[in-house]
Amino acid sequence: MDLSDLTIKQALQGLKEKKFSARELALASLERIERLDQDISAFLTVCKESALKEADEADKLIAQGKTTGSLTGIPYSAKDVFSVKGVKTTASSKILENYIAPYDATSIRKLKEAGAILIGKTNHDPFGFGSSTENSDFKITKNPWNKNKVPGGSSGGSAAAVASGMGIFSLAEDTGGSIRQPACFCGVTGIKVTYGRVSRFGVIAYGSSLDTIGVITKTVEDAAILLKEIGGRDENDATTLNEPVPDYLKTIDQSIKNLRIGIPKEYFIKGINKEVGVSIKEAIKEFEKLGAKIEPVSLPYTKYAIPAYYLSGISEVSANLARYDGIRFGYSQKDAKDLKSLYFESRAKGFGPEVKRRIMLGTYALSAGYYDAFYKKAQQVRSLIKQDFDKVFEKADILIAPVSPFPAFDIGEKAQDPLQMWLADIFTVTINPAGIPGLAIPCGFTSDNLPIGLQLIGPRLSEPILFKTGHAFQKITDWHKNKPNLK
Amino acid sequence: MYVYSIYRYINAKMRNGLTRKQVEHVAELAHIGLTEKEIEKFREQLSAILDFVSKLEEVDTGKTKALSQTTELKNVFRQDIIKPSFTQKQALMNAPDQYKGYFRTKKVF
Repeated sequence: MDLSDLTIKQALQGLKEKKFSARELALASLERIERLDQDISAFLTVCKESALKEADEADKLIAQGKTTGSLTGIPYSAKDVFSVKGVKTTASSKILENYIAPYDATSIRKLKEAGAILIGKTNHDPFGFGSSTENSDFKITKNPWNKNKVPGGSSGGSAAAVASGMGIFSLAEDTGGSIRQPACFCGVTGIKVTYGRVSRFGVIAYGSSLDTIGVITKTVEDAAILLKEIGGRDENDATTLNEPVPDYLKTIDQSIKNLRIGIPKEYFIKGINKEVGVSIKEAIKEFEKLGAKIEPVSLPYTKYAIPAYYLSGISEVSANLARYDGIRFGYSQKDAKDLKSLYFESRAKGFGPEVKRRIMLGTYALSAGYYDAFYKKAQQVRSLIKQDFDKVFEKADILIAPVSPFPAFDIGEKAQDPLQMWLADIFTVTINPAGIPGLAIPCGFTSDNLPIGLQLIGPRLSEPILFKTGHAFQKITDWHKNKPNLK
Repeated sequence: MYVYSIYRYINAKMRNGLTRKQVEHVAELAHIGLTEKEIEKFREQLSAILDFVSKLEEVDTGKTKALSQTTELKNVFRQDIIKPSFTQKQALMNAPDQYKGYFRTKKVF
C-alpha cells in the first residue's frame, strides 16, 4: 500500500487503527514532492519542517487517544491565494513574490483546528486569471497524465498535486471554473460551492461577487467531509450565509432513484470533442441505471455567459487589484521619482500580461461613458442567466454537463491568444454569475489516456444532492481510482 | 434609449478597434505604466476582446434589473466591539519602506 494514494477516509481509518503514523503519512506526500515535483512543478512553497512538526504533534494526540479534530494528521496543499500566517502567499504573481501573510484565512484556520497538516502552497494562474496555469509568473505546471499538456487552471497546481499523491486534498478557489476545469483535466474531483457557503476571508480576491472557496479531492466522499469542516458563517466575511452547514456524510449514501436530472442542450453543442461527448453520454446511462430520470432542458442564455461573466469579473478585478500600490506590501519600484511613478512603475513590473489585460479591460468597462454599455449590461445579463437556472430547476433537481468541451490541451497551444484561453471556460463560467454549486467528477478517458470529466450542477445550497449523486456514480464506476503513471 | 445610442456609438467605434490614445488613457486610469510595444499589443488584444464581449448587445435587457450578487443578504451588521488587531510591527512586516513605525513612500509632488 502506498500511503500517498489514500483518500481522507482511508487515511483516517489507518491512523485510527495505528497502521501507520501521521509522520509516515506526511513523509509519503513530501517524498512524492521531492521525487516528482521538479518535473510536475505543482508547488511554489513546500512546508516540510512545519508539516513534520505538526505530524509529530498529531501522533502524540493519536497515541493519547485525544484527537480533537476530525482531520487529525491529514496532509494537504493550498492554492497560493490562501493566507497562511508566516508563510509566503504570492497569488503566483511577482507583485507578491516576497509577501508573507500576517494571518490565516478562515478556511486555513478551520482546517488547522480540524487537525489537517499543510504541506505546501500550489501554483496557479496569477490571481486566478487563466485556464491553464501557464500565466503564473513563476513556473508552468504540467499535467501528471501527460507532461506535454496543461493541468488546467487556474488551480492547476492543486489538481496536479492531488492527482500525483502530493497531499491528500487541496484547498482551492473557483471564480469561473478554476476548481472544476483543472480537476477535470487531471482526473480528480472538485467542488465549487454555493456562493457564500465558505468564507473568503484571507483569500486573495479575484472577483468578489463570484469567488468561491472549495476543494479538490480524490473522491466525492472526501469533498463532503471537507465542506462540513470549512463551510459556515464567518463574521469576517459578510457575504457568508446564515444557513447551517449540514452533515453531508449523513445523506451521501441515499438513493438517487427518481432524481430528475436535466440535460441542458446548450452544453452539447457541435465542436465539443467527440470522445468527451461519448463519455458524458455513457455516464448519463449510468445515472439512469441508478434510477434517475433524465430530461432534456434548455438554458437559452448560455451563449452570453462568457461575455457576462468576464465583464463582471474583470470589473471587480480592476477594483480589487487597485490595492497593489507598492507602499504597504508587495513589489515596490525603489528608484521611482515620485508617488505617481511609484504606482505606475511598481504595477508595470509587478503584474504580468494577463493581469494587466484584465485590470485595463475592467477599468475600461467601469469608466465614464462605458459603464452602462459594459458593466451594467453584463449585470443585467447576469440576471437573465440566473433566471434561466431558476426556471430549469423547477423541472429538474440537478443538471449534467461536460466540465470542458475538450480534454487537457498542449502547453503553449492557447497561450498566445488570450481570447481562445477565455473560451476554454465555456461550460464552467455559467454557474458563477448565478451563485450556484457544481461538482466535477471524472467519467472517462480519451484514447490518448487523458481524463474526461462531467459536472453536476444544482440550485443554491444543493450540495447534499450533488454529493449523493456524485458518490452514487463513484460507487459503481472506477474512473476516479485511475492514477497517472508517475514512475 | 439614451443608453442604447451610446452603446451603438461605442460599437461603431469598436469595430475599428481601440485607438492608441484610448489604451494610454485606460492605462493612466489603471495606474499601469506601459511600454510602446505593450501599447500596441494591448490595443490589438483589448480591441478583439471588447469586440467579442459586445455580443451582449444582442440581448434585450430593457426591463431587466442588474444583478450584482446572489446571496439575497442585505445590511449585514455586527456588534461594534473592539477586538485585538495587528500590532504595528505586524502591519508593517511587508512594508517595502518604513520609518519609525510608519509606511514611508515617495513625495507626492
